[in-house]
Amino acid sequence: MNNPDYMEAKKYGEDISLDEELYRNLSGFHIKSLYGPEDIPKFDYGTDLGLPGEYPFTRGIYRTMYRGKPWTIRQLGSLGSPSEANRRIRQLIQMGSTGVSICLDMPTIMGRDSDDPMSEGEVGSCGGVAIDSLEDMRNLLEGLPLDEISINFVSNSQSPVILAMFVAVAGEQGIPLAKLNGTMQNDILKEYQAQKSYYFPPRPSMRLTIDTLRFCSENMPLFNPISISGYHLASAGATPVQELAFTLANGFTYIEEGIKAGLSVDSFAPRLSFFFKAHNDFFENIAKFRAARRIWSRTIREKYKAEDPRSWRFRVHTQTSGSSLAAQEPENNIMRVTIQALSAVLAGTQSLHTNAFDEAFSIPTPRSEKLALRAQQIIARESGVINTVDPLGGSYYIEALTNEMESVSYEYFREIENLGGVISAIEKGFYQSAIADSAFKYQEEIEKKKRIVVGLNEFVTDEEMDIELREPDPEFEKQKVADLTALKKNRDLNVVKTCLSEVRQVIQGSDNVMPVLIKAVKSRVTLGEIINVMRDIFGEFREESIY
Amino acid sequence: MAGERKKRILIAKPGLDGHDRGAKVVARALRNAGMEVIYAGLHQTPLQIVNTAVDEDVEAIGLSILSGAHKTIFPKVMSLLKQKGISDILVFGGGTIPKKDWGILKSIGVGEIFPPGSDTREIAAYLYKVL
Amino acid sequence: MKKSKDIDEMIQQLFAGNRRAASRLITRVENETEDHHEIMKKIYPRTGQATIVGITGSGGAGKSTLTDHLIQKFREQGKTVGVIVVDPSSPFSGGALLGDRIRLQRHFLDDGVYIRSLASRGCLGGLSSATYNVIRILEAMGMDIIIVETLGAGQDEIDIIHIANTCILVATPGMGDDIQAMKAGIMEIADIIALNKSDLEGANRSLRQLQTALSVASLEEGQWAPRVIPTVSIGSRPEDLKGIDELASAITEHQEYLHTTRSIDKVKFERVEEELGLVFKDELQRLIFKGLRGTGKKRKYINSIIEGKNDPYSVVEEILNTYLIRKKKK
Ligand SMILES: Nc1nc2c(ncn2[C@@H]2O[C@H](COP(=O)(O)OP(=O)(O)OP(=O)(O)O)[C@@H](O)[C@H]2O)c(=O)[nH]1
Ligand SMILES: [Mg+2]
Repeated sequence: MNNPDYMEAKKYGEDISLDEELYRNLSGFHIKSLYGPEDIPKFDYGTDLGLPGEYPFTRGIYRTMYRGKPWTIRQLGSLGSPSEANRRIRQLIQMGSTGVSICLDMPTIMGRDSDDPMSEGEVGSCGGVAIDSLEDMRNLLEGLPLDEISINFVSNSQSPVILAMFVAVAGEQGIPLAKLNGTMQNDILKEYQAQKSYYFPPRPSMRLTIDTLRFCSENMPLFNPISISGYHLASAGATPVQELAFTLANGFTYIEEGIKAGLSVDSFAPRLSFFFKAHNDFFENIAKFRAARRIWSRTIREKYKAEDPRSWRFRVHTQTSGSSLAAQEPENNIMRVTIQALSAVLAGTQSLHTNAFDEAFSIPTPRSEKLALRAQQIIARESGVINTVDPLGGSYYIEALTNEMESVSYEYFREIENLGGVISAIEKGFYQSAIADSAFKYQEEIEKKKRIVVGLNEFVTDEEMDIELREPDPEFEKQKVADLTALKKNRDLNVVKTCLSEVRQVIQGSDNVMPVLIKAVKSRVTLGEIINVMRDIFGEFREESIY
Repeated sequence: MAGERKKRILIAKPGLDGHDRGAKVVARALRNAGMEVIYAGLHQTPLQIVNTAVDEDVEAIGLSILSGAHKTIFPKVMSLLKQKGISDILVFGGGTIPKKDWGILKSIGVGEIFPPGSDTREIAAYLYKVL
Repeated sequence: MKKSKDIDEMIQQLFAGNRRAASRLITRVENETEDHHEIMKKIYPRTGQATIVGITGSGGAGKSTLTDHLIQKFREQGKTVGVIVVDPSSPFSGGALLGDRIRLQRHFLDDGVYIRSLASRGCLGGLSSATYNVIRILEAMGMDIIIVETLGAGQDEIDIIHIANTCILVATPGMGDDIQAMKAGIMEIADIIALNKSDLEGANRSLRQLQTALSVASLEEGQWAPRVIPTVSIGSRPEDLKGIDELASAITEHQEYLHTTRSIDKVKFERVEEELGLVFKDELQRLIFKGLRGTGKKRKYINSIIEGKNDPYSVVEEILNTYLIRKKKK
């Protein structure tokens, strides 16, 4: 390494690559061939990093990180019928999962009962559970140690109803609310921005979210009422830095709305958690998490005046990138998942879902699911990366990238503020067009081979797996509809009516909706019935036309 | 400009799911390939889709389906077209549609299926070729 | 090339209100196929009776959402409604992304509503003669009301005023400078100004600005005084909407004004005048280029202009002189 040119370049940190275009990360940042002290000129250990577990938490939110407590291995556990899902969850627990995520089927996600005409052909779709009534929740959670494992409901617009059912079943099982652990995705903002499973307009939806937030902060101190999700933004096409900035801006919006509703910031900020995607670019991913922790803690402390250090902590669940998986030579995905998972661990995630290699295109087999779980266990137990906290801290590259992620985020924050805040920006179509732009650019890069996907646009062979879907089972749908019809027959209609009119009343006013919802679901009012009342009052949102 | 024939294509997303990334990417790519793309948006029912196709006099309808409902939706669209006596509108699809179902879909008249990972230039080339 | 018999049949179907025939004929006139003259000649006698409402304004002002509500209002009055939405074509590819229908979804299953998206195809901001013809087709189809949504930034680009009986300009709060710029010509542009998004900050200020701008314009006795109507065209609940009824009745009032004062005659005159001019321009150009075809003269002319030996005006004069004179001699 005595080549004078090289030494010269190193000295000035100049780019010595030939083709700059090839060296860009997913956010589009230009990556230099070498990083050194000159790339973090004003670096100050105390203010920029601090000790792990200390403000501003760049190195991690706990002092001992994984030496003290390993991350939660949280795999998906859901399948068509509630009782099937229940069996699956038990299996996962037996295999060493300490938490599970429960997905809902499309009709439940869209607030429709299984017997709704719009649900036809989609009951139990996408491998999700169909939840119509309390009965279903009961079957889903039967015999699970709700105070030991942490359950994550992947539920959004319909969250208040799902939460009411969860609370009701816990009550039946004699578990005090204060002991309930778990998470509700309940992040409505990203629905308008990316996932598009909304029904009400953003403002009334926000009010429902704040109701759940208030209920949880008053009654369920261990439960995470909102999991602010960048994952879906990224899946819809957002770049990592957009994922970072948009997710944090959403987080700040929940904080502001909570404060506006009269909650003290420290009463709920500690229970807000986040959900990120671990995408392909290894270091970029790590920088994203580090920047997130730093921005969050500083803003929560300085701008929103939170005093409880727990409020400053950016706690995050991570899933490896479903959209990075390829159908071509599908087993390559095992390596992709492993690399992504490793980056999430090095980034200091609190829990992790690793995708099965065939998950994006097919029904994961028990074998592929086991492999996914094993990837985490191998990282945790064999690789040695957990032996020390934040092994990458202080790397010139990582710190420079973290700074860049941070400063671009602030540019986005300003842009959103200029649009009148997050909800206004949604109404103006800002996110929809920014994300569609990024998605289109990514597609172009792949087509022009500026970005390589092994097996897809480089080293191509003809090995390709077919798509296989968890097909909604028509028999199951029939059965589900029959059960629901029977349930609807065997209830006291007068009680149902009273409950629904109570819901209507509360919705029209400003009281917290949770108590009447809990009462309603206990009286066997269904999810679709409740949502329909809300639809009636709130109206429906229609998506932005131009992008 | 006289006599110029622009390709008019309808891109729609039927069903309950909201994953419109693919539909939007394709809509743009076709626009960039010189076509006039009518984007009908989310949650379209088969009847809405067919009515739109008639009003807009499109030459092709592209449906993006990721919810597994392709075996319900394509047949409904095809039979509505037939009911209205329309045989000259091409229907093609994209999304997560297993190869094993392609045969069934093609047998009812669906033109081509573009799975995830398809090159958008191929989609445009296909449309220019068959229309 | 369709046979003339097929065209006749399509036209008969169009007169009977058949939407498939309408959409195919629209495609033909839009593409200016060889037979579009024939089509226009045949349908022309059945046109001219519809109320044409133009809705213009800058991008994202809320034209489509307002259109959606207006359709609803007109349908409640039992009227059939045709809607034409013009969006720009990409100057690079010539393609277009037409997404306004998303806002009009609730009318997709209504037989009394026909919606058609058009790309501007190089006619920046304005309307091509094809658009004029498309409107005629919807009239021949029997639509009572035809709403034409076009993108318009300043008064120069707003061609819609030439055809619309009632022209609505959609403004939004915070367009202070634009309003200043429009002041002079505002009367010519709009019969009604919808100050949409009145729920937003600055709405009151913009309302005052607009009203002041309108009040300084001098009106003749009995002339229609353009008015500003604050509107809110999206809302989670019906009661969040604002100004929709007022907007609909303002349109009706303006129509009544046109008819009682016979100003409608002037509107019709202008429409035909504009149309005639456009057809003339198109046809003359077509005719002359056709005459030059195969002679290599067009290329020569162009090259001589590029080389600086000539200019477009002289060339056109020269062509017109020789061509028209020669024609006369024959
Ligand atoms: N706050 C507010 N937003 C509105 C109102 N009306 C429309 N919008 C929003 O403005 C955006 C544009 O509305 P459109 O109706 O599509 O506007 P447009 O003028 O047709 O837009 P283009 O056709 O793209 O030029 C949408 O996001 C609407 O939700 C309103 O009264 N208040
Ligand atoms: Mg519009």
